[in-house]
Amino acid sequence: MALDSKTTEFKYIGTRPNRPDGLDKVTGKALYGADTFAPGMLHGVIVRSPHAHAKILKIDASKAMAMKGVKAIVTRADFASDLEGDDWDLLENVMAGDKALYDGHAVAAVAATSQLLARDAAKLIDVTYEVLPHVTNVDEAMKPDAPVIREGAANYSVPEGMHPNVVRHTEFGHGDVEAGFAQADLVLEKSYTTEAVHQGYIEPHACLAQMGADGRGELWCCTQGHWFVRRMCASLLGIETANLRVTASEIGGGFGGKTTVFIDPVALALSRKANRPVKIVMSRSDVLRATGPTASASMDIKMGMTKDGRITAASGVFRLQGGAFPQAPIETTTMCAFACYDVANVHHVGFDVMSNRPKQAAYRAPGAPMGAFAAESMIDELCRELNLDPLDVRLKNAAKEGTKASYGPTYPRIGLVETLEAAKAHPHYQAPLKDNQGRGVASGYWMNWGGETSVSLAISEDGTAQVSVGTPDIGGSRASMALMAAETLGIPYENVRVNVVDTGALGVNEPTHGSRATYATGLATIQAAREAITKLCKRAADKWGIDADAVVWEDGCAKPSGPNAGEFPPLSIGEIAAEMGSTGGPISGHFEATPNGHGGSFGTHIVDVEVDKETGHTSVVRYTVVQDAGKAIHPAYVEGQFQGGAAQGIGWALNEEYIYGSDGRLQNTVFLDYRIPVASDLPMIDTVIVEVPNPGHPYGVRGVGETGITPPLPALANAVAAATGVRLRGLPLSPPKILAALQSKSDG
Amino acid sequence: MTKIHITTTVNGDDAEFLCDPRETLLDCLRDELRLTGAKEGCGTGDCGACSVTLDGRLVCSCLVLGVEAQGKEITTIEGMADGDTLHPLQQKFIEHAALQCGICTPGILVATKALLEKNPDPTETEVRYWLAGNLCRCTGYDKIIRAVMDTAADLREAS
Amino acid sequence: MKYHTPHTFEEAAGIARTSSGTLRYLAGGTDVLVQMRADIMTPDDLIDIKHIDGVKTITKRDDGGWDIGVAVAGAEMSEHADLCADWPGVIEGMDLIGSTQVQGRATLVGNLCNGSPAADSVPAMMAAGVTVSVTGPNGVRQIAVQDVPTGPGKTCLAADEVVSAVHIPARGDHGGDAYLRFIPRTEMDIAVVGCAVNLRLDRDVISEACVALGAVAPTALIVADAAKALIGTTLDTDALAALAQAASDACNPIDDKRGTIAFRKDVAGVLAQRAAKIAYSRAKGA
Repeated sequence: MALDSKTTEFKYIGTRPNRPDGLDKVTGKALYGADTFAPGMLHGVIVRSPHAHAKILKIDASKAMAMKGVKAIVTRADFASDLEGDDWDLLENVMAGDKALYDGHAVAAVAATSQLLARDAAKLIDVTYEVLPHVTNVDEAMKPDAPVIREGAANYSVPEGMHPNVVRHTEFGHGDVEAGFAQADLVLEKSYTTEAVHQGYIEPHACLAQMGADGRGELWCCTQGHWFVRRMCASLLGIETANLRVTASEIGGGFGGKTTVFIDPVALALSRKANRPVKIVMSRSDVLRATGPTASASMDIKMGMTKDGRITAASGVFRLQGGAFPQAPIETTTMCAFACYDVANVHHVGFDVMSNRPKQAAYRAPGAPMGAFAAESMIDELCRELNLDPLDVRLKNAAKEGTKASYGPTYPRIGLVETLEAAKAHPHYQAPLKDNQGRGVASGYWMNWGGETSVSLAISEDGTAQVSVGTPDIGGSRASMALMAAETLGIPYENVRVNVVDTGALGVNEPTHGSRATYATGLATIQAAREAITKLCKRAADKWGIDADAVVWEDGCAKPSGPNAGEFPPLSIGEIAAEMGSTGGPISGHFEATPNGHGGSFGTHIVDVEVDKETGHTSVVRYTVVQDAGKAIHPAYVEGQFQGGAAQGIGWALNEEYIYGSDGRLQNTVFLDYRIPVASDLPMIDTVIVEVPNPGHPYGVRGVGETGITPPLPALANAVAAATGVRLRGLPLSPPKILAALQSKSDG
Repeated sequence: MTKIHITTTVNGDDAEFLCDPRETLLDCLRDELRLTGAKEGCGTGDCGACSVTLDGRLVCSCLVLGVEAQGKEITTIEGMADGDTLHPLQQKFIEHAALQCGICTPGILVATKALLEKNPDPTETEVRYWLAGNLCRCTGYDKIIRAVMDTAADLREAS
Repeated sequence: MKYHTPHTFEEAAGIARTSSGTLRYLAGGTDVLVQMRADIMTPDDLIDIKHIDGVKTITKRDDGGWDIGVAVAGAEMSEHADLCADWPGVIEGMDLIGSTQVQGRATLVGNLCNGSPAADSVPAMMAAGVTVSVTGPNGVRQIAVQDVPTGPGKTCLAADEVVSAVHIPARGDHGGDAYLRFIPRTEMDIAVVGCAVNLRLDRDVISEACVALGAVAPTALIVADAAKALIGTTLDTDALAALAQAASDACNPIDDKRGTIAFRKDVAGVLAQRAAKIAYSRAKGA
């Protein structure tokens, strides 16, 4: 599906119409995960481990089961017993087996006739633990004397002699880094750390499950991808996939954290046992303790630069802990770290490490922000030492079409240079700074994703169109799909209705993840519309008695392709649709594929901070995001993605972190202490949409959702360094750390 | 556990429900009256998604007990539009793309309506601090603040 | 859980006397409901004191001081122009607690009796010399706010005693107060350090002063040496340095998720200086 060279002038694409689900969402009518009820519904509550690492010796549910109103209790024994690999890991995380592996790990669940009763019953489920030594820090978990989370979890890739907690290893690169360092005028080698953070979606996970004794189930849940939920739940419950129908509710934020399951299989298991519908809604502390935060990272970067700013070599060692299971995103961390630059000599090493924390899940460009923090901080350090402009240096080294990427492939047309030039030309970059203020810049990359996609488009009797998609609408994607369908069909935006349909209505769709929805579901929507157009043209051709090839589609009408085709007045989509029942039956278009022409998106951010040197408090005073969108379908929602990514990155940089006590328990389990940015913490976030069309999409779309969280981490650290003269190499840039660094600088 | 019978007014209509004294007003609105526009994002008064007004005062309904609603007047997001006519804030939020996932939107709308009734001409800083208890994770607040400022300007012009 | 709605404080104290389990009073509920939701505790008896006459009123006494009803919410205090003019520091302490929504419910007495060392309104009340009336089996007694907290989550109140009113002294001439706190964000956090300064001027010279710190010890505390550093000065550089030193020295903080010991000590000194400057300029303007 290459870029459509004919389509450069758009009628609907690039406009900013009201989103179709807007009314429901401003009036409180939209139904999210916790907003539905079923007759006879029970409430489920999960019993969680208070220990970071413990053997489960006994679970005595007799007192709870004896309570009036308690209808079912499930433990690990109520799930499939024959799983292996990723499915086993998933089940082990959803419901603990022999051991509780982190604070908050589910060990049992109860369903009762009211929420309060279920909570009371959960307290009566008596779990006997034998507490084991624990480890929550990545560097500690690699040490020889660290407690072993699980023997035999390591795969073939891990070098001999490493601790059993090191479960995967990756190493790649090209060129000769030692030769590269020898060419440099300055070589720096520094270590950096980032803490685990949470996606912080405002809607806790919620679901309503119904499962009969016949093994058929219905599930309503808030998820980024209900086909994923279906596959995972079916596997964990040991049922056939097609017997479970999953409907995605409206979703109150996900950012990657709702691409897996936590409570859904439990609700289904409780329902199967009680033979009644079961609703489970997580509390906020459940969400923070026991869903999927990010990995934390410990990284060593070495980079060489000539005095005129040429990067001669770069190498990095990236150690990520992703909780008590394999799958910390070492691949994406390593792939994205140096991806912005054309570096002849580059080398990456990654370690995936287990610790007694919840299983990490995706979070907006999963893995990329950690590596970017280290690499982009290092570039800034080199620029400062060599007295070079950080944007000029990035321009000098910027990857472009034809560059061999740091992770191997050769880039097609990409837009990094354009974002750097736009940043340099932006008034923000030249604006004067006040006392105690500093400016930081950084670039970032996310490769984006295509993924399995299936879309149907049906023409209604009046010539309007309904589009059935399988990617839940997190941030206005219905509007984007409607714009692309309207553009392709040549009918008004208002005449297209986009529905996110359940798993019974389409083939497999991957979740709304990987910045793929506007790209892949959009591409499929365009192709489905084109298939419908072919059929519409055929109907017109039949009516006119000419060859279908002699009919063209323009502005929502079939027309003869030229004077040779014959003289016929145009037939509108409404006219053709009105007769379709008698001219061959319903008209629809369908498209399914796993498109892989997703173009990567690069971004460059500029931030000004002001640091209170007496308290170490950092305020963000100005922020600008420049990013390549390929083609912005609905610019307002593209800007929204840029702004949201920046805000999340600012939170990660300044205040957010998972804090574990010496007892291995999470210390900050509410929003009071898990400090995401509030409205008064942020300035307006200016945006510049760069459009370098993606050659892999008919209209040039690149996914835009994820790249924006990558540059803020280093940009903030670089700005704080500029404002204070002190370099912090560990996030968050919290006031105590900044103050201590300022004091040791003045002492030194 | 004996339930208590509560008579109250919600969005101008008489309403009654039975509640356990441990249940919050948010639980009662959602589970008893099926008004699910107010959301539970935290249950501890930190996110504002459950914002309602209680006798005209902006509160988190998760920090009010259901039994406290006896004889009170409550307004929720469901009472914000006048029939088919959206409140200007609702209209502007749609036009400005001031929502992405929309889960925080009911709370933010209820809170900003209370702000503009108290202060029709707020500064950007005043809007930001007023809304500091309404967490939004999607938007970075930019478009929300712009929608509020734009609505306030329109309402001032119209009055 | 039993929910009670007494109509007098005596009745409330009587319910408390007969309660055998966990007892809590409900005014704004912004701490009690959070503890219930977090499963920290669920009371056996919950006494809603909002049905008692006078609990929602703010009254100026004949002596120029103020009586604040125990269920008056922060927002109601902030909206009271005369009260704000007299005691801006007390208002700042109250107003910094939680969000706009929390301000619609939270009360001075709730903040005090919750017993948090980091309670924002408590240092401000202590510096201002605020007292509370306590109703118990033997009638009503008056206690200074500084005597109420006895440790994290603990107060000096007996099980059958209930705070029935808050009394703020008369502002008097040439006085000013201020409260500042440090939090990592701009809003919605628990104080890492809080500092209140209340002072009175004789021309340009500070004649009376009280400095109170929060979140740096098991209870909020009055720092006598800090007041000494101010009295008799015009808040010159030396006085400010001595103030900061006294404030830092008085700290007995802990390392926790919100801040380190060293950070809290340093910032206590910084906030004391900044709060003193604000209080001084307010006193000059008064």
